[in-house]
Amino acid sequence: MNIPIYLDNNATTPMDPRVLEAMLPYFNEKFGNAASRNHPFGWVAEEGVDYAREQVAKLINATEKEIIFTSGATESDNLAIKGVFEMYKEKGNHIITAVTEHKAVLDACKHVEKLGGKVTYLPVKEDGLVDLAELEAAMTSETILVSIMYGNNEIGVIQPIKEIAAIAHKFGALFMTDATQAVGKIPVDVIADGIDLLALSAHKMYGPKGVGALYVRRKGPRVKVTAQMDGGGHERGMRSGTLNVPGIVGLGKACELAGLEMESEAKRLSALRDKLERSLTVLEESYVNGNVEHRLPHVANISFKYVEGEGLMMAMKDLAVSSGSACTSASLEPSYVLKSLGLSDDLAHSSIRFGLGRFTTEEEVDYAIEVTKKSVTHLRELSPLWEMFKEGIDLDSIEWAEH
Amino acid sequence: MAYSDKVIDHYTNPRNVGTLDKSSHKVGTGLVGAPECGDVMRLQIQVDDNNIITDAKFKTFGCGSAIASSSLATEWLKGKSVDDAMKIDNMDIVEELALPPVKIHCSVLAEDAIKAAINDFRVKNGMEPIVLEKSHH
Repeated sequence: MNIPIYLDNNATTPMDPRVLEAMLPYFNEKFGNAASRNHPFGWVAEEGVDYAREQVAKLINATEKEIIFTSGATESDNLAIKGVFEMYKEKGNHIITAVTEHKAVLDACKHVEKLGGKVTYLPVKEDGLVDLAELEAAMTSETILVSIMYGNNEIGVIQPIKEIAAIAHKFGALFMTDATQAVGKIPVDVIADGIDLLALSAHKMYGPKGVGALYVRRKGPRVKVTAQMDGGGHERGMRSGTLNVPGIVGLGKACELAGLEMESEAKRLSALRDKLERSLTVLEESYVNGNVEHRLPHVANISFKYVEGEGLMMAMKDLAVSSGSACTSASLEPSYVLKSLGLSDDLAHSSIRFGLGRFTTEEEVDYAIEVTKKSVTHLRELSPLWEMFKEGIDLDSIEWAEH
Repeated sequence: MAYSDKVIDHYTNPRNVGTLDKSSHKVGTGLVGAPECGDVMRLQIQVDDNNIITDAKFKTFGCGSAIASSSLATEWLKGKSVDDAMKIDNMDIVEELALPPVKIHCSVLAEDAIKAAINDFRVKNGMEPIVLEKSHH
């Protein structure tokens, strides 16, 4: 067992050695530009890209022509949202998204607002899911796009994608989903789900960083986006720039492996995740954040009341995890996702995200459980809030000096 | 963020963790910060008849730097007169623990806790609280 243990697989994943192996030839002997049409160097590179396009398409039940390669999910989100707004603004200027979206979606929407668009940021229920009735009520004849993420990066909840897509379509709007955390982890089917645009990234599924894709539906309806990067007209004119051939080959291989191993892997990971949660919620005053039925198999977000997340992470230095707390003068704000669930600031400050992955072993999870329990207990011994709670003092009755 | 060795030392082996009898007139208690902000410090001093701090205890909810700042403060307080304790400046803590700029507020909180504890002691013993400058955070 190697210390520290990596349990931050929602931030990024290590590359699978099989992915690296597939990529290596494309750095040297197959170095050609996939857009070079006149010699074998270009043809070989193009072949690699074409094959990867099939691998990516197959994983989400799309066709090759619907896959646009990008530099990652942030770019895909930007291209989808800004590109749809520019392409369809004659039809309407309204976009609907949710407050728990990734910053790439939220900030792209803010950009659209600067261009004169109107954006509705839907709140979520306590379990992190979008309220379908609220979505329907927000739809107008001006709504051109609904953008709701598939699985959340902090708490792992899976939105009712099919139902959301149906509501968008009922009002003549397109449906886009940031599926960065979901693709490769759970079955995602653009046809069955009714998805018109979908963003995905390689490095969240054991592929390389710096490469991702945007799925753009071609039939029923044919969706178009205005390019955000101008140049040589690559990727059907939607995304110019010489293709990152080794990265794309890696993304393709990562998709192929995810498709083959997803079913057994999801079972293994959810069993480990459940074990982790069961063992840690034995601790008094610890709570699992987000809906526990509809969620990704590999993420657990737990608040340990009366200890502060950053201090806790320092005690758990043998574990690489994430906290919803950011105790710096630059940002005293705890996670906006957790706050959107209605969590009080102090519970949001007390949260830890455990992200399991393909290379996480049961031995590592057992060790993580021990370290976490020990650290929470240690920090509670240091915590004046824990002492007050134990004495039965209502913390809300105290007039805290906000600073 | 990398922590300094001194922060790690105080964090791993915090000095003077605990609770003094807050009902005793010899004990001053300062409770500062707020749970919503991610840090709360409770610092207590015990003062003898010669105005010397004979014991100091703390408990802190917060990040490593907040825990280290209050642990260090208790170390410094022991043996000091109350008047000298008033002179402890947050920048002394910053320097000793090599706190980065984003963690300066932890030292400010520790200074506030010391002053709050001293004022609690003064009020309990019939003295006027010392008027503090508006806290700088």
